[in-house]
Amino acid sequence: MNVSLYDKTFDGLLTAIFDAYSLKCFPDVLLGEGEPLPLFTQHSFTVVTSSKKADRVWKALEKKWSDPGCRMVRAVWLSGIENADMLLFRYMCKTLDRQESIETDFADPLVTDLIKLAGSVSREAEYVRQFVRFRKTRDGYYYAPVAPKYNVLPLTVAYFRSRFGDQLWVVFDTLRRYGYHYDLKEVAMFTFEEEIPGVFSGILQPEQMDNEEEMYQDFWRSYLKSLTIKARLNPKLQRQHMPVRFWKHLTEKQG
Amino acid sequence: MNEKVLEKLKILAESAKYDVSCASSGTTRKGKDGALGSTSGWGICHSFTEDGRCVSLLKIMLSNYCIYDCAYCVNRRSNDIRRATLSVAELVNLTIEFYRRNYIEGLFLSSGVLNNPDYTMERMMQVVKDLREVHRYNGYIHLKVIPGASQHLIDEAGLYADRMSVNIEIPTETNLKFLAPEKDHTSIFNPMKAIGQGIVRYREEKHKYRYVPRFVPAGQSTQMIVGATPESDRQILNLSSDLYNKSAMRRVYYSGYIPVNEYDKRLPALKQAPLVRENRLYQADWLMRFYQFNVNEIVDEKYPDLDLTIDPKLSWALRHPECFPVDINTADYAMLLRVPGIGVRSAKLIVMARRHGSLTAAAIKKIGVVMKKAQYFITCRELPVFTVHEVSPDYIRTVLTVYPVKQKVPDGQLSLPFVDDSVL
Repeated sequence: MNVSLYDKTFDGLLTAIFDAYSLKCFPDVLLGEGEPLPLFTQHSFTVVTSSKKADRVWKALEKKWSDPGCRMVRAVWLSGIENADMLLFRYMCKTLDRQESIETDFADPLVTDLIKLAGSVSREAEYVRQFVRFRKTRDGYYYAPVAPKYNVLPLTVAYFRSRFGDQLWVVFDTLRRYGYHYDLKEVAMFTFEEEIPGVFSGILQPEQMDNEEEMYQDFWRSYLKSLTIKARLNPKLQRQHMPVRFWKHLTEKQG
Repeated sequence: MNEKVLEKLKILAESAKYDVSCASSGTTRKGKDGALGSTSGWGICHSFTEDGRCVSLLKIMLSNYCIYDCAYCVNRRSNDIRRATLSVAELVNLTIEFYRRNYIEGLFLSSGVLNNPDYTMERMMQVVKDLREVHRYNGYIHLKVIPGASQHLIDEAGLYADRMSVNIEIPTETNLKFLAPEKDHTSIFNPMKAIGQGIVRYREEKHKYRYVPRFVPAGQSTQMIVGATPESDRQILNLSSDLYNKSAMRRVYYSGYIPVNEYDKRLPALKQAPLVRENRLYQADWLMRFYQFNVNEIVDEKYPDLDLTIDPKLSWALRHPECFPVDINTADYAMLLRVPGIGVRSAKLIVMARRHGSLTAAAIKKIGVVMKKAQYFITCRELPVFTVHEVSPDYIRTVLTVYPVKQKVPDGQLSLPFVDDSVL
């Protein structure tokens, strides 16, 4: 079994492809540096990430892919699940090997697997756009905690940027401990070194919130309650559209 | 903003909840720098109530006072309910604050009729104008048109709203007159025509001039109540089909009649809203809009009502076995769309995928075709096993009919008859 070790970055993955072609040795398993090797390793190779090699591979791939195709690959990479890199590796190699694009070959299990994973990542991003709830803080910021299954925050920033162009906002991923912040001019990524109460848990204390914040939360909850048609209750359908894992940060499901 | 507004919000949401439309789709508008709001093509649902309906827009009435006395409506003047009217400033502020917190995608404004249609329409316009001009709000606005409103008001409102709608409520005029004596079809179809003409005018002018202000970019919609009056599905669907073809209509909504005014003897006594029928009507509507079906293929003189046990597409296929089986690898897109179990997405994927090589049953299953239904109507590289000709349409109908699951009560278990809450 051939094993390639790389640094778990996207450029690293592209370099691994470059090296595989130049050495004519294709790995069966991709591992991060320092991870224990599988039992039957015949040959292991450590990839040294090079942005030059990565660029060359990316340019070759980009030529064959449509825009949605590129976005799909980005989404699969952001999923961060265990074998996403191997899936991408095989998909990219196949793309390079074929004359025409394999993007629309939906009979190929490799393509359908990729589409399926990309779909579930974009769905998660859509959930974030749907169920993010901003809370106004004392210092005039609109703060929203999120905890999505995949690392989808980068896919949603454009939405927040376009929609809330005249307010200070912060979106924070409480699982991955980073977020984006907008200062009325541009969006910047940030991380916190130490724990800040309220920000990490996603639950703000009353003294951190704006004076009117709790009132509007009340308004929203009462509004939804009045809107429900009692003759058509269907909680199962509600859970189907609004997965329970988002409820902990949903204003209407608190209090 | 205080208790009083909260009270009004509750009352007016309560009054607006029976309007089914909540779509925020149909138009894309990017956000502007330093301004609030954007709209995205497909629309976004921001929450779901316990009845499973999506909440995309702040669906609210400006006022639930009404001079009319329509039998099917909660807000009719003879009903003894709490009434309230929001001021323009209160409503504008609520919309902006909800929007900033990402609770909503925009505003859906409707109203009971105060004094006269034009008076009400003017007040609603004030809200929309304030949002757009004072607050530079750039999000979605759906404005309900009061039947009987004047042309000039509609022409002006169209410049601010993304979508406008006039509700038909009852599909035939005689029945409308019966249930809502103060209304008639002229007062409904005139504003509808005005919106339609505005949209057409905009499209024409766009070709001539560089800058033309957008007019109702997300189109118009309407709503019909199903089950309150004895119209057949054929009458309803024919009306929808006409609307789609003639008045630049984007969406027709069907609302299963919920008995809100049980005391009124003109209305049928229903135990539950006709949810299945409503669902079948939506399926038929989809067939007309996305599946290239003509209304006469779905319902005709012989079959004036939709089959409640199977969906309208399957029902069509069973009435027309001569069109099947369809070869997945050669049939054109229009024919693929007509196969039960193949949706718009699957049909598109099949058309693209078969350029790379012929498709097998396993491959189309992976693409997302529902083989449980499709297997009787298609052939692919493999030989057909059970197409509609080998087994009869009747057999397929029995196999694919979905019966509600009944809970089995084990023998020997004592059952206590509880009184149904709804009876009390």
